[in-house]
Amino acid sequence: MSIDYSEKIPNNVDLAGDRKLQRALESWQPNFINWWKTMGPAVPTEDVYLRTAVDVGKEGWAQFGHVAMEEYRWGVFLAERGDDRRIAFGEQKGEPAWQQVPGEYRADLQRLIVIQGDTEPASVEQQRRLGETAPSLYDLRNLFQVNVEEGRHLWAMVYLLHAFFGRNGREEAEALLHRNSGDLDSPRILGAFNEETPDWLSFFMFTYFTDRDGKYQLGTLKESAFDPLSRTCEFMLKEEAHHMFVGTTGIDRVVTRTCELMREHDTDEIAPHGGIPLEVIQKYVNFHYSVSLDLFGSEQSTNAANYFTAGLKGRWQEERRRDDHRLTEDSGTIDLVRDGKVTQDEVPALLALNSDLRNEYVKDCQSGLKRWNRILEKLGFDARLYLPHVGFNRHVGLFSDHHVTPAGDLIGEDTWKAKEDSWLPSEADKVHVQSLMRPVYEPGKIAGWIAPPTNGINGKPFEYEYVHLA
Amino acid sequence: MTEETGTIDAAGTEHEETPAVSFDADPATYRHWTLDTSGAAETGVAYLRLDIDEAGGIVPGYELKMNSYDLGVDIELYDATQRLRFSHPEVRTVVVTSGKDKNFCAGANIRMLAQSSHPWKVNFCKFTNETRNGMEDATANSGQTYIAAVNGTAAGGGYELALACEQILLIDDNSSAVSLPEVPLLGVLPGTGGLTRVIDKRRVRKDRADVFATTSEGMRGKRAVEWRLVDEVVPKRAWDETVASRAASAAAASSRPADGTGIELPPLQREETADGITYQHVKATFDRDRGLVEITVLGPEGGVPESLERVHELGAAFWPLAMTRELDDLILRLRANELELGTWLIRTRGDVEDALAMERVIERHSRDDWLVNEVRHYFKRVLKRLDVTSRSLIALIEPGSCFAGALLELALACDRQYMLDGTLADDAADDPSGPGQGDEAQIMLSASNFGTFPMSNGLSRLGSRFFGDDDHVAKLRQETDRRVEAREALEMGLVTDAPDDIDWEDEIRIMLEERASLSPDALTGMEANHRFVGPETMESRIFSRLTAWQNWIFVRPNASGPDGALRRYGTGRKADFDRRRV
Repeated sequence: MSIDYSEKIPNNVDLAGDRKLQRALESWQPNFINWWKTMGPAVPTEDVYLRTAVDVGKEGWAQFGHVAMEEYRWGVFLAERGDDRRIAFGEQKGEPAWQQVPGEYRADLQRLIVIQGDTEPASVEQQRRLGETAPSLYDLRNLFQVNVEEGRHLWAMVYLLHAFFGRNGREEAEALLHRNSGDLDSPRILGAFNEETPDWLSFFMFTYFTDRDGKYQLGTLKESAFDPLSRTCEFMLKEEAHHMFVGTTGIDRVVTRTCELMREHDTDEIAPHGGIPLEVIQKYVNFHYSVSLDLFGSEQSTNAANYFTAGLKGRWQEERRRDDHRLTEDSGTIDLVRDGKVTQDEVPALLALNSDLRNEYVKDCQSGLKRWNRILEKLGFDARLYLPHVGFNRHVGLFSDHHVTPAGDLIGEDTWKAKEDSWLPSEADKVHVQSLMRPVYEPGKIAGWIAPPTNGINGKPFEYEYVHLA
Repeated sequence: MTEETGTIDAAGTEHEETPAVSFDADPATYRHWTLDTSGAAETGVAYLRLDIDEAGGIVPGYELKMNSYDLGVDIELYDATQRLRFSHPEVRTVVVTSGKDKNFCAGANIRMLAQSSHPWKVNFCKFTNETRNGMEDATANSGQTYIAAVNGTAAGGGYELALACEQILLIDDNSSAVSLPEVPLLGVLPGTGGLTRVIDKRRVRKDRADVFATTSEGMRGKRAVEWRLVDEVVPKRAWDETVASRAASAAAASSRPADGTGIELPPLQREETADGITYQHVKATFDRDRGLVEITVLGPEGGVPESLERVHELGAAFWPLAMTRELDDLILRLRANELELGTWLIRTRGDVEDALAMERVIERHSRDDWLVNEVRHYFKRVLKRLDVTSRSLIALIEPGSCFAGALLELALACDRQYMLDGTLADDAADDPSGPGQGDEAQIMLSASNFGTFPMSNGLSRLGSRFFGDDDHVAKLRQETDRRVEAREALEMGLVTDAPDDIDWEDEIRIMLEERASLSPDALTGMEANHRFVGPETMESRIFSRLTAWQNWIFVRPNASGPDGALRRYGTGRKADFDRRRV
């Protein structure tokens, strides 16, 4: 059997010279392709204008071109670094980073990788039917780009499982394909990844808010003492940036179109005119933001503390922080409800690491809000979009037993029930958004609820035939 | 160990500076025992006299007063019991008695216990237990009956030593008594089988046992007999001749041959370095960074002679015996001296067929030849030592190994067995000592895996492994005497896992690292629980119940805290107990 591994599976992990990895990937790949065919994008295509990661260099890490999706070359890449990387935090700070999995942390590291890996194919499954209602070929292409890259991220995690975790790792890699989003018997691990992405507004919200959670999770794993994990995540972050770009500009374009319609018809009630009212956009922000906050886990977490102390998972931009990177003596604050009030509490810093990461995420989310509000301002509207309070609509963590309004007020069950539909997408809102979802597959054309992008992909114009449908 | 280095401070932290222990001994240089076999050729009776050299403690810091013992005394006792079996086929009865007037034996030295670290105490107790079990084993399986001639007070471990004998004769001098004063005086247990043997072996009623074990002065005279604590009380003037007569009766009932010639047990040849111990047939390499020791048992070179004549001629050089002695010594040394090497990797190396010769000799002759019988039971006892060793035991079955029949018991004694599926051909060139001889690893079952070397629970290791599944054991019986490769061994349930050549290195490394990261105490407890399934015997209860409780009591402040009974003993001050029952 002679296979040109670098051609079939682009990589910088010496796949051609690693018998163990070859064998593992060879038996895994057909199952992956099979999964892609049954759980991947439902719209049949000839080929799609996609970027493919082929290298890790600063210049030209990716190639663009039309490829048939099942022939996409999912590769394995680790960011390149010097060999002398040292552990940046925790008990073993200053010691050389690990090139192998220390047996002591096998179970924890495997768990972290499996959880991360589980989210990657999950979003592909969630977005499986979205192509059927794409507002333009440009958007359809972006959807597929996100999908194949989530697929590659799955490969990246599978690579780690195959290369470093022995038989156990291979079994876990296999299981990543057997759990499916929304499957009653074998669902994805995290709740947020078992909800279908029903419409494109949700897709943009998902890529803005939920993929951004992914960015922060990857950011903490990038700090890991386990060097292959660290380098893998660093490279994944490169691709993740595009996914968030899709979300950011997608929402830009929805807001822009909404403003246009409001101006055109001189009313906020643009639903009858085929637009998405600003109020509905706000509700979608409320929903996706709060669901994504849940992904950070409980505000106070001993797991996170253990991972940090062991060196498995650091903080966002760990090495830029000015403290002792051990945190055994420090304290942090967490948000919580006490005595009927939303307040803060001081706890040992190690226990507040999830809060710390979440706070970084919240700051980052604000930037999109600013951006969309600038569009509103520029187009002469006074209304503004905002992020709801961190305690709003939470199902995980210290707020999960309470009801908090978007403004941050504690309310009772009855009030919540009465007001819920004004804060979160109501059945009617969803039905309306769904009604707008009609495919537009003609090059250069776009659906009426969203503005066209200002730029195309890789210097190509918007009218470019990014996707050849089958 | 001195008072300064071997003590437990107020916080309960142990300061350890345990000296390296050697288990070598020779009757000519015993300090504490006399092995008198001078009349044995005629009478079949040997006398083992305890006359402890007060200044002869194995570590400094205490005097061995009143015939009280420490590990050094017991190392000699163990040596004597071994020599009695191998070098003295003419000895059919062993009379254990004291060379001191009025003191048979006062048991383990209290000052020694008080100053010892916890691991030292535990090791000491385990070894003394094993020796006493060995005495009973001699009585049961070698036709060598032990009789305790208690010619003075036998307190605590002294009485426990007597309990390990088949009969107990107590001198009736109105002062010598037998007692188990540990509970009332020291706040610990008679942990060398005492509590167990009183009820199990001597069938003392539990309420009487309760009274006895809380009566510090013990019992003597008629009542001691009535309560079955001793078999007979004998007036001083009739002492010698009664002892001789009881010994003679026991000798007459023995199965030992009339015309056997004993074999010498020469000192073991052993090369010790900081990184390991090398014997002729057993090799141990220490990996202190990883907290493990790699043990390799080498099969016989060029086969084992199968004619009885040749076996006797070779004596201690007969591979099964030589290997067993070395392995025994290694286990004892590692247990006593290498506390931080928490995982033992066990390999074998040699030819499967050659290794099986051991089987054949034992199968054919252990019933009719006393020496082969001794070899069988010795290997059995060493395997039992392994069973109660508080280390993670992992068998690595690789190409070039000879886990066949009796040697397969080594693997089965382990907590896990990993067998390489395939060969590591690539690596063989780089590492001539490593596996990779072309042929795949093979194991072989033989008849001896089905009861020749029972565990302390009375079951074979296969019987324990497949407890409750007799059908499977019966099926395995059909599979003896053929080579079984990894995948099949996995299907047969004989190995834990059978990684192939690609996975082998990683799987083993990760498994070992993971193991090394776990709590050593929890591992010890877990392993001890898993190793012994099913029925209990007196022997298994001594380890699983008495020892476990004793070891718990040893770490409690009520015993070893600064105000505990063990530490306060002999200071004139009373122990200050935490009165809460736990």
